[in-house]
Amino acid sequence: MDASAIYDTLKARFGDDILGFNGEGIDPSITVAPAALDRVASFLSDEPAFAFDALMCLSGVDHGSGKDLGVVYHLHSMTHRHTITLKVDVPRDAPHVPTVEHVWKTADWHEREAYDMVGIIFDGHSDLRRILCPDDWEGHPLRKDYHTQEYYTIGGKPVRVPV
Amino acid sequence: MAVQTEEMVLNMGPQHPSTHGVLRLALRTDGEIVTQVTPHIGYLHRCFEKHAENLPYQQVIPFTDRMDYLASMNNNLGYVVTVEKLMGLDIPERVEYIRVLMAEFNRIASHLMALGTYGMDIGAFTPFLFAFRDREMILDLFEMACGARLLYNYIWVGGLSHDLPPGWTEKAIEFLDQFEPRIEREYNPLLSYNKIFIERTAKVGILPPETAISYGVTGPNLRGSGVKWDLRRDEPYSIYDRFEFEVPVGHGEFGPLGSSWDRYYVRILEMAECVKILRQALAQLPPGDVKAAIPKNVKPPVGDCYVRTENPRGELGFYLISDGSPKPYRLKVRSPCFTAISALDIMSRGGMIADLIAIVGSLDIVLGEIDR
Repeated sequence: MDASAIYDTLKARFGDDILGFNGEGIDPSITVAPAALDRVASFLSDEPAFAFDALMCLSGVDHGSGKDLGVVYHLHSMTHRHTITLKVDVPRDAPHVPTVEHVWKTADWHEREAYDMVGIIFDGHSDLRRILCPDDWEGHPLRKDYHTQEYYTIGGKPVRVPV
Repeated sequence: MAVQTEEMVLNMGPQHPSTHGVLRLALRTDGEIVTQVTPHIGYLHRCFEKHAENLPYQQVIPFTDRMDYLASMNNNLGYVVTVEKLMGLDIPERVEYIRVLMAEFNRIASHLMALGTYGMDIGAFTPFLFAFRDREMILDLFEMACGARLLYNYIWVGGLSHDLPPGWTEKAIEFLDQFEPRIEREYNPLLSYNKIFIERTAKVGILPPETAISYGVTGPNLRGSGVKWDLRRDEPYSIYDRFEFEVPVGHGEFGPLGSSWDRYYVRILEMAECVKILRQALAQLPPGDVKAAIPKNVKPPVGDCYVRTENPRGELGFYLISDGSPKPYRLKVRSPCFTAISALDIMSRGGMIADLIAIVGSLDIVLGEIDR
């Protein structure tokens, strides 16, 4: 099924929760309202006509200082061999997105990574903690307004980061 | 008085020879039975994605070498294909053929490393030495082509860093002629059909196909579960659609489908398929200039794209966002080992601690890519 047909079906079912469609880029994408994301994801996964059984990639994105954060989901169906991209934008001061961990297990660790790197909070995630950075790390390194530390501490003593 | 037993939490790693790098596993054990495995990763984290945002597109390539350092050519290829797709570049025929040659040679080298170290995890030291003997010859070929043995920086946006030197193809064919019969004659009797090896691996680490897909497990690990899915055949990139080859899958010969042995054996069979592709590519190799199409400025237009390629360890994906500047705005790497190790818990529950070694080894993980 091609991307515009997927968009039409979603638009008919979810109405205003489907915010837009971009068919011009290399990968066609559908923008979804954050609150509806888990329902849309379950629908895409369970509906036999779509059968998106694989989440290829989940990326946290910072759209720039002072702008929104985003999450991008690349879905693929092993059954029908079609792909679609879902995009979600959330405000920087309250970046909440419902988890899709129960739909695709891949999302479990990828959501932890997006939380660790970009600071997106996945509501309902079973174990949302840092995955790549140490547990006591401050800030989210892939945010565009992230300040690289000048010091870190070893055994309570500050050590200057070599430049 | 009745004997009381409690669950115990054991720490395995980060320094442990069978974790293939710096991986820490927190095991919850009931006697010798593993009831839960919690992998702790990040010991090798260098924030590749942050580096990439601060470098011009061409200078990111050496960083991709250092992710999966056993398959650097394939990493180069995956990244370069992504940038080229966003730029809409046309690549000369010769460049495409040499890229495929390098990627497939690196796949054989990577699989040799995987099966050699896997044998060693289980206690078989000899196959490791045999595998390194053959891998060494592939590294010699790479050294001839680009001067480096492990981290190549060979595949560039639009071209290659060097053309093949004179005598390279003859040496490559010589290697293939030597290597091909060795799979049947040496690796299979030494390790694949070794009774002890089969007993250790064929009944542990069962990964059913649906679970594998849900966890995003890809590559030989997915094919070991019987799913015939290979991006080189199913979503061809570069010029893979021109070659004839089979996609080997696991059949559960010695135990349930999707066992550690099935994953191991898929790699053995894949090496023979690589040889097939290499022979075709070497026979068709056209003349040409490998640097003609290299753009002076790499500035992809505003936009984003996700490209995945078949690495020896599975599907390596790059999600690239460009804002039109000479540096990537955002580069996300989807690592095949990252998803494979996330399925470790569900695969090893209910098994013995010793089986855990046989499961981790069969996933063929490289920590440099998991942590990036």
